Amino acid sequence: MSRSYTHLVAQAPALPRGFELPLEPRLPRIGSVDAVALEERAGSLAKRSIKREAKVFALDLAIRMMDLTTLEGQDTPGKVAALASKAIRPDPSDANVPSVAAICVYPNLVPVAVQRVEGMGVKVASVATAFPSGQSPLEAKLDEVRWVVEHGADEVDMVIDRGAFLSGRYAKVYDEIVRVKEACGDTHLKVILEVAELGTYDNVRRASLLAIAAGADFIKTSTGKLPGAATLPVTLCMLEAIRDVHEETGRMVGMKPAGGIRQAKQAVQYLVQLHETLGVDWLTPDLYRLGASSLLNDVLMQLRKEKTGAYQSPDYFTLD
Amino acid sequence: MPDRLPVKKTYKLFIGGAFPRSESGRTYEAEGQNVARASRKDVRDAVRAARAAFPKWAGMTAYNRGQVLYRLAEMIEARAAEFAEYCSGRDEVERTIDRVVWYAGWTDKLAQVLGSSNPVAGPYFNFTVPEPTGVVATLAPDEPALLGIVTRIVPALTGGNAVVAVASEAHPLAGIELAEALATSDVPGGVANILTGYRGELAPWLAAHMDVNAIDVGAANGDAPDLERAAAANVKRVVHGHADTQSPWEVAAFLELKTVWHPVGQ
Repeated sequence: MSRSYTHLVAQAPALPRGFELPLEPRLPRIGSVDAVALEERAGSLAKRSIKREAKVFALDLAIRMMDLTTLEGQDTPGKVAALASKAIRPDPSDANVPSVAAICVYPNLVPVAVQRVEGMGVKVASVATAFPSGQSPLEAKLDEVRWVVEHGADEVDMVIDRGAFLSGRYAKVYDEIVRVKEACGDTHLKVILEVAELGTYDNVRRASLLAIAAGADFIKTSTGKLPGAATLPVTLCMLEAIRDVHEETGRMVGMKPAGGIRQAKQAVQYLVQLHETLGVDWLTPDLYRLGASSLLNDVLMQLRKEKTGAYQSPDYFTLD
Repeated sequence: MPDRLPVKKTYKLFIGGAFPRSESGRTYEAEGQNVARASRKDVRDAVRAARAAFPKWAGMTAYNRGQVLYRLAEMIEARAAEFAEYCSGRDEVERTIDRVVWYAGWTDKLAQVLGSSNPVAGPYFNFTVPEPTGVVATLAPDEPALLGIVTRIVPALTGGNAVVAVASEAHPLAGIELAEALATSDVPGGVANILTGYRGELAPWLAAHMDVNAIDVGAANGDAPDLERAAAANVKRVVHGHADTQSPWEVAAFLELKTVWHPVGQ
């Protein structure tokens, strides 16, 4: 038998000091998330029937938890201004519909976003660290983070270096998150795992714990730039990591599924799953966000349907 | 003793080119058969399918739409014997086929007959062109069973609309058989959807639906005023269609006339 090399990759490198959670012994052997049971559980939670008052509550909460997002090459200041108006007052004909939690934009558009939502209770989140690939030198990433923080972003959505993660260089991933967190200061940090590129639930759980240990305020599923972004099972996997950390240390970490959530019905399913996994303490925009661009109109349509009793048409809602 | 068990047909809905049962799981008895009894959520799904199918159907060339409708006539002809069992007989089936062919010929003549070039006081060309209204809801008449539903659906299709039809409550089997012909013709899935069930239960949801652009209440009997009031919410085009009629104005009833001004000499 030739010399095995698996111990080299299966073993996480020594983690830097200041590791907040007692995860060192666990990280290398975090494996074996029961994929079948996870998908089964996520599937059964998605079948809950949510009726009138509960549905209206869930839809209202979904809006308050939403990160209204535009991350396109064709984004302009005008588009962000329109998005900001919609974020502040999603349904111009109904003042009872709350504002969304935040708008999420590219770094260049942070100044215009900040100017537009100032004083309106809507936060500005910016993606950073060479979104969406994360394949840039650390210094460039840190400069980007400092820049958006300087220009008034309330929240930073960073991506992890999947290249490093998948080749087993967990310490590099960890170190980057720590450095980005330092650069953020008090600004909230969301760490995007980009689960579609991680391959397995084991990796998702490993990356979740790694990000939490490194200081993430939120962990987030996806950039939204790949097909197969947020799914219910992968979100459940991350919620369970958050739950385990909470049970062990008492620390409360936020969760943000993003990408592919387009229908109000899906949003309600995510909230049911959240409530069943982490309980009512997490039913707040401070600890849960839905990253979405086209979801808002569908939620607005459902709310108006509940109010008027008639099925709605997108013709009567603003274009994004 | 028969050596095999015949496969009996389950009478289902026709939504988006597929044949689902009602999401509610309900059925009711009509013409000696158990027929799916659609719910408001089936209405919702059918309208969604129609809305999704509409742009492609409306965007086809008129000539191509005519070809597709002609093929629908072929498919009814091929099943003429079955259709005859669900209506008053062979004669009604033949009149139905002829009517579909007649409308098929109209698709690429509508713009010439209904459109116009208008004389205006100024240096402009001024055109009026007919365009489809969008998603049309139709309540099929009870009699004649086959010719009635075809008479109401096909003119709307001819103009490029997508249709959600509620088959006759008393005689739904002709409508379900028509769905078989639609499914095997080249009419794209979702362009014509057929629901069976209680008209009084389904019609109000269609009338109030904000994504339905026109409703044909000709077969609504006493419910028509209530349906018209509900239809006013999004200013639906309301049509009182007849069960047995054939005219280009039947098509025009589901068309919008768009007028375009264009500067001369540019």
